Amino acid sequence: MSENVVLRINDVSVSMAAGSTVAAAVLAAGATSFRRSATGQARGPLCGMGICFECRVTVNGVAHVRSCQTLCEDGMDVRTDE
Amino acid sequence: MSDVVIAGAGPAGLAAAWRAAKEGLSVVVVDDNPNPGGQIWRGEHDKPSSSEARVWFERIRSVNIRFVHGARIFQQAQPGKLLAETPGAVVELNYTNLILATGARERFLPFPGWTLPNVIGAGGLQALVKTGLSIAGKRVVVAGTGPLLLAVAAYLREHGANVLLIAEQAPPLRLARFGAHLIASGKATQAHELRRRLRGVKYLHNCWPVAAHGDEQLASVTLQRGRKRWAVECDYLACGFHLVPNLELAELLGCEIENGAVRVDQFQQTNVPQIYAAGETTGVGGLELSLVEGEIAGLAVANRQQEAQKLFSVRAKQRRFARTLNETFALRDELKDLAAGETIVCRCEDVEFGRLKRYESWRAAKLQTRCGMGPCQGRVCGPAVEFLFGWKVESVRPPVFPVRIESMLGHG
Repeated sequence: MSENVVLRINDVSVSMAAGSTVAAAVLAAGATSFRRSATGQARGPLCGMGICFECRVTVNGVAHVRSCQTLCEDGMDVRTDE
Repeated sequence: MSDVVIAGAGPAGLAAAWRAAKEGLSVVVVDDNPNPGGQIWRGEHDKPSSSEARVWFERIRSVNIRFVHGARIFQQAQPGKLLAETPGAVVELNYTNLILATGARERFLPFPGWTLPNVIGAGGLQALVKTGLSIAGKRVVVAGTGPLLLAVAAYLREHGANVLLIAEQAPPLRLARFGAHLIASGKATQAHELRRRLRGVKYLHNCWPVAAHGDEQLASVTLQRGRKRWAVECDYLACGFHLVPNLELAELLGCEIENGAVRVDQFQQTNVPQIYAAGETTGVGGLELSLVEGEIAGLAVANRQQEAQKLFSVRAKQRRFARTLNETFALRDELKDLAAGETIVCRCEDVEFGRLKRYESWRAAKLQTRCGMGPCQGRVCGPAVEFLFGWKVESVRPPVFPVRIESMLGHG
């Protein structure tokens, strides 16, 4: 797990160790609001294990991806706070 | 068609898989996570941090097991055939025997501010750090209840976090009894090791969080101990209230639930023929109990009942430990008063405590407020309302996980 992957979080480039999750990358990029709730509140990861769905983001145009269960890939485009 | 499909690649599932595969059965292990290990051994498949994890991953590699990762079982097409969704496809899983090793999740309780970003589960924050989050230099308050708080605090500290304190809601007498039981159960070395790793970190019993504060993200947490209340500034609040078994798949398949866990017989078999269960889904009891239950289930499906019986005494000892564990970290009634009227309970649908308390039952609340009807399907708010209102949370229906519409249509 020595090599790194580079992805974009809201147009900001982030380099993460291979095997890192998108959730970790989003936090590394300084974003804390992963999504907006039904009433517009900022939300971020809660369970860290794929159950709560609070860490949903848009990955390569696909909405509602659980960032804590998704591994970072080179060139990935991630959008938060949608 | 496989001889055995195992749902869950944590310790129980891996132990079951090893035993069954060693007896020559064809074994498929299905798991939602990208790698094996479950929660406790997350990220340890290629660099185990304990000798126990090393031994088990070596065992797994020594036999022939097919792993299906990143797959969520969402429906039973017919008895003996499950459907799982992966990022790109639907996988059909045909089995002769099924072993449910779906583990447990953290229990979360609502209090004002608990929905703020950076208020994360204790195990949740650890999972994020294990998968790449840098915690170095961050101020962390660890709060809630259960031995997981200690393990998480020690782990975070070793990764550079400034762990400000651990707030444990359990009273000191019960904690002392638990400590004595740890020593009696042969876990003295582990307890001692944990104490060493946590030297200098404040551990406050009879203490719990009452509110988290911040604008769009966490800035501080207010704690309560006795009549004293005070605020602590922090970057993360790692907060969980012990664990609850993941029962959704078992319920979908018609397995009987007793006292909040899957009921099994001495060979870990559920009331449904061909379906077994092992590990935390049959009751929260820790790593050793999960492993031995997994081994028993794996041997049982391979018709090695005599071999399995040799492990019963180990399991009995671990179950006694589990009982003490769950008594020690039982929730105090004061925690029922944390939520204010406007505190959100159901995070998927933003349903507040004040709206829920008008209803008599989970069913009524769901119908009127959509509580528990979002994507997590009540996995977070269900255990909370069970504690807050004494509601019986039920009515699992397929799909047990939200899936793409085409996954449903192609395999109805």
